[in-house]
Order: sequence, then structure tokens, then C-alpha cells
Amino acid sequence: MTEKVLMKGNEAFAEAAIRGGSRYYFGYPITPQSEIPEYMSKELPKWGGAFLQAESELAAINMAYGAAAAGGNVFISSSSPGIALMQEGLSFMCSAQVPCVILNVSRCGPGVGGIQPGQCDYYQATRGGGNGDYRIPVFAPDSIQSSIDILYEATDLAQKYRNPIMILADGMMGQMMEPVLMPEPKYVPTLEELPTARPWAVTGTAKGYRNVVKSLFMKPDELEVNVEKIFEKYDEAAKDLVRYETYNLEDAEVVFVAFGTLSRITREAMEILETKGIKAGLIRPISLWPFPAEAFEQINPKTKVVISNELSMGQMIDDVERCVKGRYPVRLIHRTGGIVPTSLEIVEKTMKILGEY
Amino acid sequence: MKQIFKYTEGMTSNTTHYCPGCTHGIAHRLIMEVLEEKGQLGTTLAVAPIGCSILSHQYMNVDMMESAHGRAPAIASAIRRVHPDKTIFTYQGDGDLASIGIAEIIHAAARGEKFTTFFINNGIYGMTGGQMAPTTLIGQRSTTSVDGRSKELTGMPLKVSEMIATLDGAVYVERVALNSPANVRKAKAAIRRAFDVQDKRLGFSFVEFLSTCPTNWGLTPVDATNWVKEKVMPYYPLGIYKQPEVEK
Repeated sequence: MTEKVLMKGNEAFAEAAIRGGSRYYFGYPITPQSEIPEYMSKELPKWGGAFLQAESELAAINMAYGAAAAGGNVFISSSSPGIALMQEGLSFMCSAQVPCVILNVSRCGPGVGGIQPGQCDYYQATRGGGNGDYRIPVFAPDSIQSSIDILYEATDLAQKYRNPIMILADGMMGQMMEPVLMPEPKYVPTLEELPTARPWAVTGTAKGYRNVVKSLFMKPDELEVNVEKIFEKYDEAAKDLVRYETYNLEDAEVVFVAFGTLSRITREAMEILETKGIKAGLIRPISLWPFPAEAFEQINPKTKVVISNELSMGQMIDDVERCVKGRYPVRLIHRTGGIVPTSLEIVEKTMKILGEY
Repeated sequence: MKQIFKYTEGMTSNTTHYCPGCTHGIAHRLIMEVLEEKGQLGTTLAVAPIGCSILSHQYMNVDMMESAHGRAPAIASAIRRVHPDKTIFTYQGDGDLASIGIAEIIHAAARGEKFTTFFINNGIYGMTGGQMAPTTLIGQRSTTSVDGRSKELTGMPLKVSEMIATLDGAVYVERVALNSPANVRKAKAAIRRAFDVQDKRLGFSFVEFLSTCPTNWGLTPVDATNWVKEKVMPYYPLGIYKQPEVEK
């Protein structure tokens, strides 16, 4: 596919995952991402892969763990409460070093919450809801095309780090349509190639040695060694996977920090502020973990205030404050409950905050 | 001198951590002997549960992975999608399978998944120190039912083989016991029949083993095997609950 086509977000996510090499999908219906399992049930068999509707998200994440431990390229998706149920499995996969791509088409919580877009899974995504010491690289695209690009790359990243890779999108991206360019499908190892391509995987001892995929280490010294081993990878990921965009930081008097859908609305708000003679800049974290601390070093000394703009009660603001290191005041603009603010609302709140400095 | 016995290649040389009188070791060895006799050790993929037998992967000489508590059937279902030609089994205790993992085993059986589950029913949580399981008998003492399990408080023990046998996707279901040499031989035959059903991809196959837990039952190994015969088998009758039509 070399020309642009108009695609709905969820279907584009699924197609991009397939083209990036994913062949196994396990899922449980949940709004606003149910088009993904629907799409996978139709398309994956054509690619020699498999779709299986799980009896729950608990089963889905463990199916992902099983297929990936057996050498398959696995992509799964869900939405906020479903991702909550998958946290134990993610912890297992990190410890056992099992790769997987997981997409959260997030909505608003807590509890059942609502089905409108939210970013209140920031803590869940970046801190992890599972037990123990582990990390999951998290990427937050801001358009359907950028979602495609990261999903296309994510299978390779998951295999490289032998760790889950998370894409944090939101219900707005899942449900909207945009013109997109689909990349060419990647090569996927055949069943026969699996023991060589994935020498750690559970593929049978006929390959000449025995593999055990596990996260139990009864002896504390062995467990410590395993945790240190996976953290060597996280140290590498923390350097190599930092991604962000910046706009107008050099002369901004107010710097926004926003990701995903909201970063696009923020950019529109910046244009309106410009017409009012206010210079606004933006840091758009693409990798939420590792959080792009280095971007905050580019904030110019004349900046009056840094504003964390979020679709939550303020979660990313913890990371923003950590990276600002007290050099500038940090304030929050936010909506929650599934309400996405207009650019004018952001402008109005920004003017009010600027009036205080 | 003619060799009349050889320890199966299907078991590693590791010493098991199981308590004296526990029948996990027998079940492990029977499964591995059958796989060796069928020439399938190199092409078998197995899933260990949470519970005492989480460490079965140290003893069973095949490629294995650990499951989250109760989720082994979900894992095995997914492994089957990746490896259509391998032999796949889960090995699960009663807390793992009949309590926290009841949804996964029922749905795997209902889907007619082409793998085999070996279900170790010793009527108690072993690894955590003897708490009541869904399979604990009425009146049986545990650390969470110190006066004996009460029907009024906790209902009746789950008869898992009977439940599984009601599902169309389950093709072979048998309950065996490991309390006597004769029953051990019958158990091995059941394992072989279950794997044969899997080899033919007829559907889900399931073997329940009535097992012992002398440590948490507070019995000697000999008394524990007597307990299986006198108390456990009357509530959980042995036998084939489901088998392919052609074999009847």
C-alpha cells in the first residue's frame, strides 16, 4: 500500500501491528477498541497467524504470555479497565523476559468510569500496576499515522528487549478516521526458524537443549541477579528509547507539556495564543517511559511557567516536576471524565495562569 | 546382566522437593514415561502451575514455562496456536485449577483445545500450608477450616472431572488414583489414552489424579494412601467419564 487511504484508528492499529510482524492476537471485547479484535479475527488467519477470543482479560494476557514464550509475535489490545486486569501478566512477562506489544486505547476511570477518551492511565502505564521491579517502555502517538509508525516498529522493539512494549493511545484516536500510509509487511520467522530466531523460546528440546520460561526464583540471590539482569536492559532502554518533540522552546514564555490527542489540541491553542502576542512552547513526550527529561533542559530561562496539560487529575505532572527540578513554576491544566477541552478553553486557562506571573 | 529397569529420560536428575509420601513424583514420572515411550519428549511443551508443582519444570525433562496462578489452560491454548504439531500439556493442582483457574479450564475444555491437562487433586492447598481447597472434603480439617469443612459455610467439594465431562469440547476425561500399585498402573494407561486423543487432535483431554498430601493432611504416608481409598475415592469415584466414540 503506497498511497494514502482513509482508515479508522482501531483498524489502522490492527493492520499496522500485522505489518510490523504480529501474528497472534488474544482479546476480550471492550469499548472503545472492539474493532481491533473484530479486524484481527478476519485478517490474522490470512497471514498464517491466529486470533483467539479470550474468556477474560486475565486469560488474554496469559495467552499472550504463552504464545510469545513459544516464539510467536504477539500483539494484544484492550482499554483501561481491561489493561488493569492484565497487570499481573505484564509483571510475569517482564520477569520471564517475554516480548509482547500491548495497546491501550484508553478511556476514563476510575472503576468502570466512562468510555470517552482519557489519559488517567498514565500512572498505570508508566509505573505499572503489577507487582515487583519492572519497567515497560510506553509510547504515546498523537495521530493515526504516528500510531501506525510505532506499532510497525514495536514488535521488533519487543523482541529486541524481550519485554512488553506498550502503546498508549486513547478512545479518540481509536474512533476517528485519518488518511494514512501503510508500510510494507515485515518478514516473520517461520515455525521451522523459531528455535534459531528465538533460541530462548519454548519450542521443544529436539533443538538440542532445554528451555524453561519462568519468573520464580526461590533463592533471593538468584532473584536479585534476575532483576538486575532485566534492569540492565531497562538502563539501555532508558537511553535508547527516549523520544519527544519540541516546539518553540527557544522563546516561549509559557511551555506546555502534553502528549497524545491533547498535544494536538494544545498546538492549536498555541496558535491562538500567538495571535494574542503570547509565545507558547510545547514539549510532547512520545516515550512516556523513558520520560524525556532531556527536553526540559531546552526550556529557555525567560519562561515564566511550565504547564502540564492532561486528560486526568494530573499524573504526568509528577514527571514534569521531576524534570523541571524547581527551575520554573509548574501548573496543571486538565479535564477528566472523558471531556476533551477545546483549544479556546486551554487558551483561557493559560491566560489566567499567566496573569499570576 | 540384562537391564530390566531404566529411569526415564523424561525426568531430570534433580531431587524433587516434594514431601515424603506426596504423589506428585509418581504423577510426574508416569507422564514422562508415557512421553518417552511415545517418542515425544523432544516435541513436548508443558506448562507448570502455581503451587507445589511450580517446580515441576526442574524435574520434567521437556521445554516448560511457568503459568500465573490458574491460567495454564489459557497459556496452553495459545501455545497450540503457535505450534500445531507439538504435544502440549498443563499440570495443575486443585487450588490452581479448581479455584482461581476454574474459568480458564472450563473455557479451554469448552473450546475443545487440543492439549491435555493433568489435574492433581489432593484436596488441599499444599504450598501455602494446608488451607481449604474447592476439593476439600466435607468434615476435612484444614488451616482455614479447623473444625472440618462445613457444607453450610462453603458448599460441597467440586467434582471437576464430572463438570468437564459435560462439555462437548472435552473428549477424554478420566479420574485415577495414585494410592496403590494397581491404581498407578491404571493411571499410566489413562495418561497414554489422553495423549493418544491429543495426538489425533480429537479435542480436549483431561486426567484427574487423586493424590496425597500427608504433610498438610497430618497423616503418615501410609495413612494418607488409606485416606484416599477410604475417604476420597467414595466422593470422587474413579473411572472414565468421557471417551471418544470409537473407543467405547
